[in-house]
Amino acid sequence: MGDKKKQKLKPNQQQYQAFQQKRETKRPIFKNCVKAFLVGGFICFIGQLISTFYIYQFNFTEKTAGNPTIATLIVITMLLTGFGVYDRIAQFAGAGSAVPVTGFGNAVISSAIEYRSEGFILGVGSNMLKLAGPVIVYGVFSAFVVAIIKTILTQWGGF
Amino acid sequence: MLKGHQSWIFENRPSILSTGTIGGPFEAKGKIPEAFDILHEDMWVNQDSWEKAQQKMLEEALQTTLKKARVEKEKVEFLIAGDLINQMTPTSFAASTSSIPFLGAFSACATSMESLALAASIINAKGANYILCAASSHNAATEKQFRYPTEYGGQKPPTSQWTVTGAGCALVAQNGVGPSVTSATIGKVADMGMTDPFNMGGAMAIAAADTIEAHLRDMQIDPSYYDLIITGDLGHIGREVSLDLLHDRDIPVEAEKYVDCGITIYREDQPVLAGGSGAACSAIVTYGHYLQEVIKGNLQKILVVATGSLHSTLSIQQKAPIPCIAHAVSIEARGEHL
Repeated sequence: MGDKKKQKLKPNQQQYQAFQQKRETKRPIFKNCVKAFLVGGFICFIGQLISTFYIYQFNFTEKTAGNPTIATLIVITMLLTGFGVYDRIAQFAGAGSAVPVTGFGNAVISSAIEYRSEGFILGVGSNMLKLAGPVIVYGVFSAFVVAIIKTILTQWGGF
Repeated sequence: MLKGHQSWIFENRPSILSTGTIGGPFEAKGKIPEAFDILHEDMWVNQDSWEKAQQKMLEEALQTTLKKARVEKEKVEFLIAGDLINQMTPTSFAASTSSIPFLGAFSACATSMESLALAASIINAKGANYILCAASSHNAATEKQFRYPTEYGGQKPPTSQWTVTGAGCALVAQNGVGPSVTSATIGKVADMGMTDPFNMGGAMAIAAADTIEAHLRDMQIDPSYYDLIITGDLGHIGREVSLDLLHDRDIPVEAEKYVDCGITIYREDQPVLAGGSGAACSAIVTYGHYLQEVIKGNLQKILVVATGSLHSTLSIQQKAPIPCIAHAVSIEARGEHL
């Protein structure tokens, strides 16, 4: 919590928060990092296997193998999410399963499933990007900014 | 009758004639499966949405309660109930199918004791002969609305809690066989500026401590008066914080006599992190477990302090703090007098 936020609190609130925090179970950050590293790495390892498989079996190049690899990983995720396995991996691995493309797939698929009871338009349609939406918005926006910087540097910077 | 600042004494001693408790598959695997009248294998309860499943469970709880007391539905004057879903629609739909005059009550997870206190108060004033009071929650429906389900791929911190799937109901009557509701204390909203919805136990602990302190002060009794002080859904962290707060204020509550419904309901090896929560948590554990202990004679006097965090998804997104509340109801075995 930032210092700025703390200043707004009354003394008794600050006192209580400090009292409470002493008794709070802390997130095991180191353990979580190790788990995230291992699971995240394992997902990437599987991705690499799939990618290599496409390159050697279907004449893809290293550049073009990316898309089918991602599609395959997302299909696998879809099954894991649908059968209720992915959330267990997520609780164990944290960022390890959230950061790779499978985490993105899971976020879309699970919210689509969750809102099925509200119908296809107002339910699935408007909620499936509930979590993935911000990722797309800021992903596209930051790509745009980086592209502008690159253009300026290469066009006028003489690099 | 008003006693002290914020408490009622029910001198006519309304009694709890019967109770009905319904649970889901996860609760069936918990520590107290015998506390439930009906346990469902299926989270959907054969309905097509989580919200309807919750409604169905509440309806079953009402029916079971009436059946056990052998009281016809037509004899019941009022139903006081609530839940956590937007505008309490599962409760309203269940009230519609039961066609009992209905008062909606909302204190989040403290709804169980709010409704019991109000029911006892109306009965005590002879405003009714029979009142049903109930609370319900559904893990998936609540997670969908309030929190960030792990299904979305997020990792929950060790302070977060697991919403109970189920419904708990009690039938309060003028007289009859059953434990008596003897007094109640209505809590104040406590806002300690806590903003983390993944640590509701820590936020609610102060409300529980405040209400217990107010109850003991108003009733001019000592914590030792009660065989057990039962909090609603503080979980491991909230229980510890509130107990330490009480000790800090020189209120000698014994740790062995201070239990929490959110800890009682699940086994340690279930993945519930800090414990259970939800409107059904205190209702089920109180009515299905501790009240039965009073009936069996293992306990004489209990104080149930249901705790609720009154935030909404909007207030959390706007970075507003979590307002918390706790209501206490004292239940005693028949034959005892204050």
